[in-house]
Amino acid sequence: MAIVVFADHHQGEIKKAALEAIFYASEWATTQQQEVIAVVIGEVPHPSSLENLGQYGAHRVYYVNSSWLNDFDARLYSLVFREILEQLQAQICVLPHDFNGRALAPYLAAQWQAGLLTGVCSLPESDGSFQKQVFSGKALAWMHVHTARKVITLLPNTFSVKQQDRKATVENWQPSQVKADQRKIRVKELRTTQGRVPLSEASIIVSGGRGLKGPENWGMIEELAKVLGAATACSRPVADAGWRPHHEHVGQTGLTVRPNLYIAIGISGAIQHLAGVNGSKYIVVINKDPEAPFFQAADYGIVGDAFEVVPRLIEAVKKFKGLS
Amino acid sequence: MKVLVCISKTADTTAKISFTADQKSFNESGVQFIINPYDEWYALVRAVELKEQYPDTELHLISVGGPDVEPILRKALAIGGDMAFRVDLQPISIEPVAISIAEHVRQQGYDLIFTGKETIDYNGSGVGGYLAGLLDWPFISLATSFTWDGQIATVEREIDGGREIAEAMLPLVVSCQKGIAEQRIPNMRGIMAARTKPLQVIAAPEKAKENFVSIDHFALPQKKSGVHLIEPGNEEELVRLLHEEARVI
Ligand SMILES: Cc1cc2nc3c(=O)[nH]c(=O)nc-3n(C[C@H](O)[C@H](O)[C@H](O)COP(=O)(O)OP(=O)(O)OC[C@H]3O[C@@H](n4cnc5c(N)ncnc54)[C@H](O)[C@@H]3O)c2cc1C
Repeated sequence: MAIVVFADHHQGEIKKAALEAIFYASEWATTQQQEVIAVVIGEVPHPSSLENLGQYGAHRVYYVNSSWLNDFDARLYSLVFREILEQLQAQICVLPHDFNGRALAPYLAAQWQAGLLTGVCSLPESDGSFQKQVFSGKALAWMHVHTARKVITLLPNTFSVKQQDRKATVENWQPSQVKADQRKIRVKELRTTQGRVPLSEASIIVSGGRGLKGPENWGMIEELAKVLGAATACSRPVADAGWRPHHEHVGQTGLTVRPNLYIAIGISGAIQHLAGVNGSKYIVVINKDPEAPFFQAADYGIVGDAFEVVPRLIEAVKKFKGLS
Repeated sequence: MKVLVCISKTADTTAKISFTADQKSFNESGVQFIINPYDEWYALVRAVELKEQYPDTELHLISVGGPDVEPILRKALAIGGDMAFRVDLQPISIEPVAISIAEHVRQQGYDLIFTGKETIDYNGSGVGGYLAGLLDWPFISLATSFTWDGQIATVEREIDGGREIAEAMLPLVVSCQKGIAEQRIPNMRGIMAARTKPLQVIAAPEKAKENFVSIDHFALPQKKSGVHLIEPGNEEELVRLLHEEARVI
């Protein structure tokens, strides 16, 4: 039996969270002798390159190359998936817990009459339970899905993929039950922030808080992010004040992030902020107040004035990277 | 237009998270409960704004839960809405909530449904999509802007590293997040009015009582071993540690 994975892509480039989902499915499959099938929906510029998904553990790739499916639509994609799942008589579908995956998974679960578990961070344990973060990262829960059919979304950045030397077979697959005229949502415009690392996929994040006093002081935050190849984020009051765009707001009521390294500058570490970042592998805190609660959640810290520490840190990183 | 907003009760963001001795349930003692912020600040407020713009809009609120969600529904009614429904069922996972609401939608008939992006307790982020899937309605998730011109809805949504603007006809399910509206503090008039607005209790459909997903037990994450402080001026040492010890750069 097959485990089917949503290999979400942007203009042919498979998203990092989707590669993780394929790898996750392949780790799961080795314990159950299952085949991993990655489903790529919408046209990609170089279909033959999809065989490289084998490196992440896919045995086969179903390439659904209909131009009318180029724009993501939870309903249409779900109809396509349901047809594939039924054809294969599969029981498990894995999706990345990212923007599109989080929309598609519940829709599909309802239509395919499956149980739904979102944001898991472990393979099924010996008793069949999955681990998942709850209370925005403040606790963990072990959960069981009791239905035979399961739709699972995998929290990004929890599984580090190991590549192997293998190629997948790429097969063109066309839906017979879904047609272009079933589209009810028309995408008018797509705006991607060019050249920036998306927060959800970033392995390093440099984040600034109210301690930075105003938007005019973000130059050094952006420069530190640039030299580290990092994405930038901020605390809620910073986004509320309009110093930074809303999509940079992390925390319990913003984005939850799990980078390898989170550098918090001038952020006090309120419980709501920590909730969104405490899944980070390493946390560095730069704050002038030694009593700032963030230090208790940190691995490394510098008690000092950000306006002095950050420029020196930029120089130190540049030196390390051989940039100066 | 008839609009439904899904409301969930969650523990306050500052609540101390602890579990019963057997680690099987969340310890509710001493915990303050609030309207899930995504439902309140974004879904509800945007719906109230639509009603202000189109006064003939009928705005209903719904929550799936025991009698303990009624104070939460009253609080929500203080912000806006004509009436509220409580489906009498202790929700244990996404599916029963969506199944209960779908049943109500089939009976009442709505044009537009708003949910929050996710709840801040179980972080499922699934009710809106599951509900749309049951109804076979189009679904737009993580909306940061929503407008309706009387015919066509224009919705902006967040995607990885960008934004997408889409147009759709109603009926439609939208999950809402930051940007779509600004938090509102209920005023005295709203609070008084909320007391007398109808709040109807309805029975849950049988299908919603099935066991789809359950929680076995909880645990608190491991505490960090303690922060390694580096003297200001010694930033090169921090870079060395990040490279050699943490191996993250
Ligand atoms: C329901 C609810 C939900 C919330 N959700 C979120 C959320 O999702 N995300 C979020 O971030 N917040 C959230 N908050 C807000 C949260 O409680 C805090 O108010 C917020 O995180 C504080 O932001 P801050 O750390 O940037 O600012 P502050 O708390 O003002 O902290 C500024 C810090 O900067 C330091 N500082 C000042 N000057 C310097 C300097 N020159 N150099 C170095 N350090 C300096 C100070 O010592 C201080 O620690 C929420 C609150 C509520 C009630």
